[in-house]
Amino acid sequence: MNSLIKLLKTNARLTNAELAVMLGKTEQEVAEDIKKLECDGVIKGYSAIIDESAIDTNSVYAFIELKVTPQSQSGFDEIANEISQYEQVESVKLMSGAYDISVAVTGGNIRDVSQFVSQKLAAIDAVQSTATHFVLKSYKDNGIIINGDETDERGMISP
Amino acid sequence: MIDYDKVLSKTAVEMKPSGIRKFFDIAQTIEGVISLGVGEPDFKTPWKIRQAAIDSLEKGKTVYTANAGLIELRKEISKYFERTINIKYAPEEEIVVTVGGSEAIDISIRTIVEPGDEVLIVEPCFVCYSPIVSLSGGVPVVIETKAENEFRLMPEELKAKITDKTKLLILPYPNNPTGAIMERENLEAIAEVLRDTNIMVISDEIYSELTYSGEHCSIAEIDGMKERTIVINGFSKSFAMTGWRLGFMAGPKDVIKHCLKLHQYAIMSSPTTSQYAAVVALQSCEKDIEKMRNEYNMRRRYIVDAFNKLGLDCFAPQGAFYVFPCIKSTGMTSDDFCEKLIFSKKVAVVPGTAFGKSGEGFVRVSYAYSINHLQEAVKRIAEFLEEIK
Repeated sequence: MNSLIKLLKTNARLTNAELAVMLGKTEQEVAEDIKKLECDGVIKGYSAIIDESAIDTNSVYAFIELKVTPQSQSGFDEIANEISQYEQVESVKLMSGAYDISVAVTGGNIRDVSQFVSQKLAAIDAVQSTATHFVLKSYKDNGIIINGDETDERGMISP
Repeated sequence: MIDYDKVLSKTAVEMKPSGIRKFFDIAQTIEGVISLGVGEPDFKTPWKIRQAAIDSLEKGKTVYTANAGLIELRKEISKYFERTINIKYAPEEEIVVTVGGSEAIDISIRTIVEPGDEVLIVEPCFVCYSPIVSLSGGVPVVIETKAENEFRLMPEELKAKITDKTKLLILPYPNNPTGAIMERENLEAIAEVLRDTNIMVISDEIYSELTYSGEHCSIAEIDGMKERTIVINGFSKSFAMTGWRLGFMAGPKDVIKHCLKLHQYAIMSSPTTSQYAAVVALQSCEKDIEKMRNEYNMRRRYIVDAFNKLGLDCFAPQGAFYVFPCIKSTGMTSDDFCEKLIFSKKVAVVPGTAFGKSGEGFVRVSYAYSINHLQEAVKRIAEFLEEIK
């Protein structure tokens, strides 16, 4: 299972036939394994890894740290779920340490993100404070190096 | 003017350059080549090994070590042999740390071979055995292995080449370029032929960690063989440490003590920084090796399947990181095939003949590359085969 997950993480577009060959299994076994991973909620979906800055050089990506007052019944869940509803939010995670919730946000430009933070996130009652960090450059995302100039230093042919 | 013809050693002048050289020169002149021609891992040395080297430099450990190598390292090597091939070698007198497996091959051949001695060389094989044997005045006697035997050495082939002058057998498994391995029962049969002779064995096991079916077996494990075998291994392939130039050899102390003299006069001691790094490699990198092996194994399955689908017969090799597909169906020689492929599709593979005459009709394909890289190369080879139909 681990090898299958690893292969899919690097390239989710490998066909079941290709995966079967590499894993020494039948196509049907691979299909079943993938089904199981999907049913068990291990695989949540398949998406392309996009370098947003290559599409639109103005687009920005930011991490926002939120300090949140936990709610009496739901703790942090209700607030986190509420934040997750926004389209521009890429990820929401409950954190240990100096703050409570980490929110990753994309926007067309810095103003978009600033407005979202001040008007939407900061406006939530339970949110005590926000700290916004803009991403300057991405080097590796989802285990894939996206801005490396790693070249093969080996010679073309060696014994 | 000095006359070099009078100065240079005839043996050196007559030594043929490696068969790979010519093809390498061609590949160099072409832009944008996708290579499947490299005999070294695409992985970087695991970080903790690199860190250990850095630490040793920070502590100023920059002097010669003992000739045979750091005793800590030899102790780790001894444990390594015990856990992998279940043989005890004494760190103090049966192990030498060398400059790559290559130096171990060199000094062990030179310690044994005298002018006129016949040395059995199992081909196809790595390129250095014959030239080194010739350098000692020995006579290389080739045993050609066959595709129908999955390039294993068969006992009757061995028997047929043994004469009163035979002194040494060089056994290169897991094999570069074929990827063949020798399983225990195959080695038993070879041992049966050698047991009552005065023939030594150099077992070059540099790819031992890259064995994909069951455990690697060394001929030294077989009854009666330890006393007549020098086992050679190293860090290059298994730990992705080619540039560190570190290997090791183990054998009976009465042989090793003479090998050590050659090592001492030629090398003094192997690179100190590499040796400190290697201690950590052997102590704590089993998981890293396993990860790399799993990765190679996936690629191996992919590439064997791909070549067979292309109609180039390819047996599923169980070792190293090479496949050795047969290209006879194209009607070309190995050299022709490789030249045409690189000129028309910019894909570099190595002609089987670079590893001995018996490699004719085959090419060596390395899968020490990412799956994406392999897929692109396979696509181009498919186009090539379509065009030459």
